[in-house]
Amino acid sequence: MSLNKIFRNTLLVFFASILLSACAVKTTGKMQGDVYTGKDTVEYLASGVPDRVFFATNETVLTTASRETLRKQASWLRKNSKINVVLEGHADERGTREYNLALGERRANAAKDYLMTYGISGNRISVISYGKERPVDSGSNPLAWSKNRRSVTVKAN
Amino acid sequence: MKRIIFLIYICLFTFNWGKAWSLIEVDITRGNLNPLPLAVSPLSVDQNSKEKFKDLLKLEDIGAEISKVVENNLRQSGLFNPLDPKAFLQKPDIAHVKPRFEDWALIKAQALITGEVKIVDEKLRVEFRLWDVLAGKEIMALAFTTVSENWRRVGHIITDKVYQRLTGEKGYFDTRIIYVAEEGLKTSRIKKLAIMDQDGFNTKYLTLGNELVLTPRFNPTNQMVTYLSYFKNLPRVYLLDIETGIQEVVGDFPGMTFAPRFSPDGKKIIMSFAKDGNSDIYTMDLESREVEKITNHPSIDTSPSYSPDGKYICFNSDRSGYQQIYVMRSDGSKVKRISFGNGLYGTPVWSPRGDLIAFTKLHKGKFYIGVMRTDGTGERLLTENYYQEAPSWSPNGRVLIFYRETKSDSAGKGFSAKLWSIDLTGYNERMVKTETDASDPSWSSLLTD
Repeated sequence: MSLNKIFRNTLLVFFASILLSACAVKTTGKMQGDVYTGKDTVEYLASGVPDRVFFATNETVLTTASRETLRKQASWLRKNSKINVVLEGHADERGTREYNLALGERRANAAKDYLMTYGISGNRISVISYGKERPVDSGSNPLAWSKNRRSVTVKAN
Repeated sequence: MKRIIFLIYICLFTFNWGKAWSLIEVDITRGNLNPLPLAVSPLSVDQNSKEKFKDLLKLEDIGAEISKVVENNLRQSGLFNPLDPKAFLQKPDIAHVKPRFEDWALIKAQALITGEVKIVDEKLRVEFRLWDVLAGKEIMALAFTTVSENWRRVGHIITDKVYQRLTGEKGYFDTRIIYVAEEGLKTSRIKKLAIMDQDGFNTKYLTLGNELVLTPRFNPTNQMVTYLSYFKNLPRVYLLDIETGIQEVVGDFPGMTFAPRFSPDGKKIIMSFAKDGNSDIYTMDLESREVEKITNHPSIDTSPSYSPDGKYICFNSDRSGYQQIYVMRSDGSKVKRISFGNGLYGTPVWSPRGDLIAFTKLHKGKFYIGVMRTDGTGERLLTENYYQEAPSWSPNGRVLIFYRETKSDSAGKGFSAKLWSIDLTGYNERMVKTETDASDPSWSSLLTD
């Protein structure tokens, strides 16, 4: 059963990667699995400090790249102790509205928890979920959805 | 899928076979296979009343206008086939007093609706009759008086009475739909609360679009609405009185509250509260303001909906790893998963009849609106599309309204959001016309019983 599942997932990833490599020809962005790894939509809180991290479909787990981004944000926040931030959690359009609100909240909190383990006080961080209400890319395709599954760190003051 | 519907139809049909088909009767469970042909004769108006209504309402012929409301309602129901008034042989005033049944039978009408409109003390007085053409007799007669601005509602009430007499079930025509009106780019959508009559007329906007608003739901016992607003960028559940326009935030939660719905007695709001990455279900008593935590689980618990007797709650949870539908007692005990099909399940809503739960299902990149029994058996998918969700029941539990979105290209072109309705039978799928794009519909109870 579980072997079967693993096999199926491997196949899925395999086919997905074929599909994605086909997409990659047409687009400037990139994905790993279905997590966005490109820089099209990324803005910077300071030089070398990206403002956002991306998630896989239905997932709230931080990827290696996301953790690296958040460590950069944490060290920037440590240096700028007067700055507070809002973490805005988002989902893609392929889900029901209410569940996506909860998912966005969970994604933003995953980022918040990580910042806190790197010494940033929870008092400096607030969290808001927009669910699927504020996409950055309005396309209906896997690449657009990957850009929209995100948590964005925004200066609050 | 089609075969299942067909089988159900066969079962019901044969089951009903033994019953004597005495007078006209419409079997609601059969969908629009054979809509009943009937004639809605324009309501007759005397010259004096006609002139007065013309001044008051700017309508050329109030009688014909009310009849059009009835005719449109009956056609939209999919159960009736209103005949073209051009074919009518008898004049409205005479038909109302003494129909010549041979004339109506000639154009194949099985039922006939006639009526009379008068102005009485500046008010609108309507009298209408329903006739069985084949049996040649009157089967219902009613009269009522209302303020003249309510003339469309008169048409809806007549439809409800006719529907009830012919199908044996309450109607859903004198009702309203509250929904979210949408405009602008997908990336910065402007959303307003809007309300309209069930047939798409009398649209009113209840918010200005300054803040994001989502998921409005009617109180089943009155004209209160609960919804989610991002007022001051704090997503919270609000309560709105449609009559007075007074709004208030529900409870004092230190975080996002969302997915609100009323309890069947209208005295509580049930909703999700998200804190530290975890959403649980809470209720708040509107009178005592007492807050109660119903679920306590590290997974996402949302989209709660009460059974009509208030004893159970169905909700959406990903505690199994993915979005599924669960049922529990209203105190939060005896949680049981009921959805076990392939795919993800969301937005469960308990039917006002109590026997079914409607839901959204995502499977292999397609979205479905479906129903299942409250123990999870008998799953039936009614409609498949690129994207659709959030079914809401008509008050008689016979029709579902939901919203559907279309695909857009990378520039966002091609996107639209529209309201659709479908019968529980899986037949009679229709787009519900709205002035703007629309989503998150919620059906009110009958305004008059």
